[in-house]
Amino acid sequence: MSAAGDVEAAAVQAISGDEDVVRVRQLVRTAAVAAKLSLVDQTKLVTAASELARNTLVYGGGGKAEVSHLDNGARRGIRIVFSDSGPGIPDVELALTDGYTSGGGLGLGLSGARRLVDEFELETAVGVGTTVSVTKWAR
Amino acid sequence: MDRVPILKIGPVLLVSIQVDMQDQMALALQEDLGQRIVDTGCRGVIIDITGLDIVDSFVGRTLSTIASISRVLDAETIVVGMRPAVAITLVELGLSLNGIRTALNVERGMELLARRADEDDFAEPDFVDEHEISKSP
Ligand SMILES: Nc1ncnc2c1ncn2[C@@H]1O[C@H](COP(=O)(O)OP(=O)(O)O)[C@@H](O)[C@H]1O
Ligand SMILES: [Mg+2]
Repeated sequence: MSAAGDVEAAAVQAISGDEDVVRVRQLVRTAAVAAKLSLVDQTKLVTAASELARNTLVYGGGGKAEVSHLDNGARRGIRIVFSDSGPGIPDVELALTDGYTSGGGLGLGLSGARRLVDEFELETAVGVGTTVSVTKWAR
Repeated sequence: MDRVPILKIGPVLLVSIQVDMQDQMALALQEDLGQRIVDTGCRGVIIDITGLDIVDSFVGRTLSTIASISRVLDAETIVVGMRPAVAITLVELGLSLNGIRTALNVERGMELLARRADEDDFAEPDFVDEHEISKSP
């Protein structure tokens, strides 16, 4: 068993178009409501998910989001893992800097998403792909 | 793809976003609105986001761009109806919504625009660029 306690089977959403970013938002909203996150925490998690799903699509060339329910005995939570087999991120620190974008964005997706969640992990390898995992716990 | 409807209410264009917009839909709104401002000569735009349960950096940037386009076309944009949870999240995301005027609801937005229109009536003549003057024969 992982440190997070029970992990309930993940719901998977493929990300290959604009409409899938909307679907990820809806899937995460439903999960966050079920986990009894507060309205503000739901909003933060869905916003972070929207940013990361768009990155998966735009920079990762598509991929998927897996949403799972966590329960560590004391608290419930939601984990979302975004993964792609895109170009990877050569300089993670730079990518996580507020305002940095290699495209035409605002450069707030990665850094902002990290602020909006309780746990944030980024794994990436150039030429292999990128995986971002975020967790939000009910208070 | 669905498009966000733009209503003309007196001297004001009202956009009420009721659905979770795909990115393309937000971009289409940006273009449609510019065209409607030109077609109608409206000096005010109200964007009602009561129906949005999140505003991420893409939608935030779209709102800022709409405000900039409107300004260049001599119209003022006011964003109304932002939910408190959305406002809290925006701040933490780091989005400043620079240059965007906000009001609590559509009514307040309308009042703000009406007051602006009154002030304009008494305002000094339009600013004339000196270079324009020196260029004239
Ligand atoms: N999944 C990904 N694959 C490759 N590069 C990525 C990925 N996600 C983010 N990046 C890189 O990190 C940068 C910052 O991302 P972000 O903060 O979301 O800003 P923006 O999307 O506005 O560019 C991106 O411009 C891109 O270079
Ligand atoms: Mg991004």
